[in-house]
Amino acid sequence: MNGARSAWLALALALTASVLAMVGVGVGSTGWASVWGAWHDPVAAQILWDIRLPRTLGAWVAGALLGLAGAVAQGLFRNPLADPYLLGSASGSALAVALTLAWWGGSPFAAAWLVRLGMTGAAFAGAVLGVALTLVLARGVQHTLRLLLAGVIVGVVLGAARDLVTIAQPDTLQAMQGFMLGSTGFVGWPAVAVMAGALLAGALAAAALGRVLDGLALGEATANSLGLPLPAARLALVAVLALCTGAAVAQTGLIAFVGLAAPHLVRSIVKTTHTRLVLLSAAMGGLLLMAADVLARWLLAPQELPVGVLTAALGGSYLLWLMHRRRAAGGVL
Amino acid sequence: MSAPRQTPALQAQDLCVTLGDRPVLRGVSLSLAPGRWTCIAGPNGAGKSTLLKAMAGLLPHQGQLSLLGRPLAQWPGRERARALAWLGQGEHGAEDLSVWDVAMLGRLPHQGWLASPSEADRQAVEQALRATQAWDWRQRPMGALSGGERQRVLLARLLAVQAQVMLMDEPLANLDPPHQADWWHLVRQQVGQGRTVVSVLHEVGMALLADDLVVLRQGQVAYAGPAQVPEAHRALEAVFEHRISIQAVGERWVALPI
Repeated sequence: MNGARSAWLALALALTASVLAMVGVGVGSTGWASVWGAWHDPVAAQILWDIRLPRTLGAWVAGALLGLAGAVAQGLFRNPLADPYLLGSASGSALAVALTLAWWGGSPFAAAWLVRLGMTGAAFAGAVLGVALTLVLARGVQHTLRLLLAGVIVGVVLGAARDLVTIAQPDTLQAMQGFMLGSTGFVGWPAVAVMAGALLAGALAAAALGRVLDGLALGEATANSLGLPLPAARLALVAVLALCTGAAVAQTGLIAFVGLAAPHLVRSIVKTTHTRLVLLSAAMGGLLLMAADVLARWLLAPQELPVGVLTAALGGSYLLWLMHRRRAAGGVL
Repeated sequence: MSAPRQTPALQAQDLCVTLGDRPVLRGVSLSLAPGRWTCIAGPNGAGKSTLLKAMAGLLPHQGQLSLLGRPLAQWPGRERARALAWLGQGEHGAEDLSVWDVAMLGRLPHQGWLASPSEADRQAVEQALRATQAWDWRQRPMGALSGGERQRVLLARLLAVQAQVMLMDEPLANLDPPHQADWWHLVRQQVGQGRTVVSVLHEVGMALLADDLVVLRQGQVAYAGPAQVPEAHRALEAVFEHRISIQAVGERWVALPI
């Protein structure tokens, strides 16, 4: 039964994430010593509670946001290649960060909380404005294909604007690259709380709209004939997409492939309805990014790899393998 | 063609539909009687699927359309979806949903927004899947089915709605002859229970078994009336440019290519 299989997968994902979280709090330049010393050494306690734990949990929540948004995007656009950044959120937030950097200077992951808040706010506002621009160009959410095309156009145009800003201010290039590659290194408790709030709201809304996505799977005309309130539901789904992507991008930058790969991974294990798919994709996305975060810290320790590089390498390899496997089975994706 | 004093199941008055800049339906007026099987036939591009889709309220149109005596535009979405079910031509997608889940989609108009399926929903889905002989593989994903098997599941989704009026666009696509015969028996059974079935069919032989026939040519009605009369046969032969000949074989009529 698909229900039982989904439940087993959810359990396996939760258990693996728990184990990985325990590993995650032990990986860092001071290793497990900070974990054992946390009970009596205030510095070790600070490393554990204020750096490693929020970072590890933050990686899970950011990954979950991207996984959820990926499943929603693929269901909404009926396209297995759709990813959460499709509707202009990524290009919007990248342009906003580029403008803020050019105006302000400094790194997008700068520690000073005021600068950080400004950068995070700019990234979120940019993501939302990017999606809003897409909606304006698509003249609403009535036509899925028009929405998709408008998203692609916004992505290209805002990407060009971002490049222009970066070229005009070459000293922001490195900081900009940090944002484009994504990082979980500077996620603190406030960021975890903001992302968790967005995840809760997004998960509830997406799960409630799962039936609409199921209906849409057979085409818009069929969904209409079933009496589904498509315009309102589509608007709500786009809002979920913008909220989840914006929240994740604002805190961790543009992390690649998690949103694309998580729903595919879930579907390769269990075929199920969208209500379950969006929730399982969130859990899978969380696990993927947490694993990538731990690997990024561990592979070249005490140096750190940008987590976005790892997710791109791992996600890309996985999709390649999936394509090869499906092709062998007579399909494409 | 409706019986006197009966409220038509579907009625179109001066219906016009334009797709892109091409007028597809040009002033179609029809009245389809309840409790009968009406078949829409005609050559490619005559506007058959467009007519069906427009009658389902799925296309912008000019002119009047009514369902069970009430203007179509006045029906709230879910109430209309419970009264009228539509099966599209070659519905694609939903590869990851199970057969059961797809049939259960037919119950969406009956379910509360967040409510889980009721016992009545489960019974309706089981009945529909058994009627189309898809019950045994209800757990299989749609992506693992053949074209004919898929069509039977989509038909089950339509039946699960338990709507008073059922519109089917090319329901025999991919079905082998035994399953085509099963579909015919199923339609007869539904009509016997007082439901109205309207189907677009390319299989002229099957169309000749319907109660009523609507023959379309270039977006206009060439014939509307009983299917078993010489006028209907002549209209069919004419719209197919006399490349078919309708002959009696025993008590049935068949269309032979010329």
